Amino acid sequence: MAIALTVNGNARSVDVAGTTTLLEVLRNHLGLMGTRYGCGLEQCGACMVLVDGEPIYACTRETGTVAGRSVTTIESLGTPDKPHPLQQAFLDEQAGQCGYCLSGIIMSAKALLDRNPAPTRTEIVTALDRHLCRCGAHQRIIRAVERAGRAA
Amino acid sequence: MSAPVLPTSLVDNPRLDRWIHFNPDRTVRIATGKVEIGQGVVTALGQIAADELDVPLERIAVLSGSTDHGPDEMYTTSSLSIEMSGGSIRLVCAEVRAKALDRAALRLNCSPDDLSVVDGQFLQNGAATGQDYWTVAGEIDLSQPVTGSAPPKKADAYKIVGRSVPRLDLPAKVSGAAFVHDVLPASVLHARTLRQPNPGATLTSFDEAAIRRAAKGELQIVREANFVAFVSPVESVAQAAAAAAPAHARWDKLRELTAAHQEAAWLKGQPAEDRHIGAPMRTDKPRNLAQITVSRPYVAHASMGPSCALAEFRDGHLTVRSHGQGMHPLRKNLAAALGLPIEAITATHIQGPGCYGHNGADDAALDAALVAMRIPGRCIRLQWRREEEFAFEPVGPAMLVTLHVDLDARGRPADWTTEIWSATHVQRPGSGSGFLLATEALPNPPPEVQPTDPTEARGGGGTRNAVPLYDVPAHRIVHHLVQRAPVRTSALRGLGALPNVYAIESLMDDLAARAGEDPVAYRLSILSEPRARRLVERVAELADWTSRGAGGSGKGLGMAFARYKNRAAYAAVAASVTVDETVRVDRVWCVADAGLVVNPDGARNQLEGGIIQALSWTLKEQVRFDDHGIASVDWDGYPILRFSEVPELHAELVDGAGNPSVGVGECSVGPTAAAVGNAVAHALGVRIHDMPLTRERILKALA
Repeated sequence: MAIALTVNGNARSVDVAGTTTLLEVLRNHLGLMGTRYGCGLEQCGACMVLVDGEPIYACTRETGTVAGRSVTTIESLGTPDKPHPLQQAFLDEQAGQCGYCLSGIIMSAKALLDRNPAPTRTEIVTALDRHLCRCGAHQRIIRAVERAGRAA
Repeated sequence: MSAPVLPTSLVDNPRLDRWIHFNPDRTVRIATGKVEIGQGVVTALGQIAADELDVPLERIAVLSGSTDHGPDEMYTTSSLSIEMSGGSIRLVCAEVRAKALDRAALRLNCSPDDLSVVDGQFLQNGAATGQDYWTVAGEIDLSQPVTGSAPPKKADAYKIVGRSVPRLDLPAKVSGAAFVHDVLPASVLHARTLRQPNPGATLTSFDEAAIRRAAKGELQIVREANFVAFVSPVESVAQAAAAAAPAHARWDKLRELTAAHQEAAWLKGQPAEDRHIGAPMRTDKPRNLAQITVSRPYVAHASMGPSCALAEFRDGHLTVRSHGQGMHPLRKNLAAALGLPIEAITATHIQGPGCYGHNGADDAALDAALVAMRIPGRCIRLQWRREEEFAFEPVGPAMLVTLHVDLDARGRPADWTTEIWSATHVQRPGSGSGFLLATEALPNPPPEVQPTDPTEARGGGGTRNAVPLYDVPAHRIVHHLVQRAPVRTSALRGLGALPNVYAIESLMDDLAARAGEDPVAYRLSILSEPRARRLVERVAELADWTSRGAGGSGKGLGMAFARYKNRAAYAAVAASVTVDETVRVDRVWCVADAGLVVNPDGARNQLEGGIIQALSWTLKEQVRFDDHGIASVDWDGYPILRFSEVPELHAELVDGAGNPSVGVGECSVGPTAAAVGNAVAHALGVRIHDMPLTRERILKALA
């Protein structure tokens, strides 16, 4: 069945079962590979995307439930040559090691900053606590979000 | 004059063109056998090449992990990349620079001494000549072996080395760019496996119809003895088949485990190869014996993404893309496992999620290759499931360490025995100690091998950092290398360093207390090496050590120190904690001496990462077993340190110029664990000897 949704501002239609996960649709049908598979269990946050501005786990979200809604992924921000200010803040802080967790974390940070442009450190930690980072770049990531908040 | 001693990497790969190539677009390709695993090595190696050639970093393209074009530098391990690959690239670039200048001087009819290099262009007494690396590149014979005869620059001439250049790979990583998981060629087939639960287990029945019903889509099943893979053009179909498969498969010869197997204490009394290293065993009675026993359980790599690989077998040639730690060894191991000649395989590294040692990446490459050989002409993308990653990656071995230290009249160590029980720290395929995982499931599984551990010359495995850096008149190690671990164990960040440093540095605090002295002052009284003393003093200053209270208040401050492998980077760490049923680490300070640092911010990032991973291991982590294998197979079953639990960090590097560069990825791990152990002991007034420092253990200690 065809499911219509908006992805990064563009109207898209995908011909999949409604139970297909949003993660599979983004990656394997729409070619948006920046959203990662980490666990498939809503435990690590590597797959975080925004649906109508709210962070959700794409790994378990059934695509049928986002029909007609607006999905935002890491690809909606900038590129390596023209990074979004939030991405630039991550570069300024050199916030990352392997980078596998970053797409999801940046999307959660985006949702936080969109509703609270100058979050406190505690608010940042709370917003990111659903995410895991195994390389230990946490403090740099927190500083990057603080920096992006100041710059806004 | 005798020939210069070349780094092993250059002895193994002498041809200059294995390392360097001048591209027509006025860039320079620098090849390395080491790979980017999140540690920033590509940037640092680029900096070394740029400085030595006098070419801006923007013109350096680092090619990493290519069997076609790059050198064989074995695996990216042991914090050796800067030392080994960096040292090699430095010599190669110095030699090629000299050859290029010789060639340009001939053309210009001048002496090479009249020429200088700016931005890759050759200037004669400061004036442009129209000559540069690219104009003469065709006339330099790069097929020649490196001689090491051209002296590299002196450290004070470096302009790019020593600067915190931003990581070259990070702009792509904050923009969602590709890992190996994200390479999705048209008409790719997705594959998942049903894993043999343990070596020797045999698949006795397998309800294919039930699995096909669960898969709900086009599915091909590849089976070879006890190796099974599910293949589909639709990823979720392959995933659903693999998720359903264990319930529809019956195995014979499953290993039998009990709860006791998951504890380090189980190791004692198991059949072991016993080794004695160092001073002769003592026969006389100790005068004033101090003892301590500490343990660390099995711990996981627990990378954020599961292992993944792509493989395609076409016209007799196998092409593999992998996030493994070494592409040349992977190629050799695949050739052996598949019965292909080495030349019939190309292996290329593509970045993956963080790698902290020997994880499942190489195994996934064989899995993908096995499927590709059965479905020629199609690209196979094989990804492990999350539970497969936790259950089948090799884990860091549990260790039990006992120190028996005889004290002199002043309460200083006079004679020291370190006794270690551990399974092997290396079962890398090709090492003689282990195999690619799926080979165990194939028709002719490899014979069981006698496990070995890294030699002392390579820094040891279970014995890594077992020798204290303190002034000890007599030291010996008794190493019980346990022959059969309950699960597969192999190299994980720091190997035995964490438990060994935990033991040594816990004992140091105990001995200081016994002598009625301050722990820092006690350490300094038996620590002669100036580079070591400087760090201990500096970390004490940072942590405001002199204001440290008497202890037992629930707030604690602890410190610890080690030199990684006793010959690489030095690190001193202090930690402050609050203990109230659980341990909260409030702040960590780290000071390291890594010699000449190529990229200070990159090095600090590595120190910080080591600290946080070590905190997580020390406070939270233990791989748990059920009746037949590893049972902690998701993030609820294997929790790691979260954003809300990460302390404030301060990591600094002392000026180590004048000493050679050494890696920093692993040096902070042992001291961090031990500093937290000491801080918790200070907070509680009683020491917890067994990691992780859980609520249950704290309550037991206080009872």
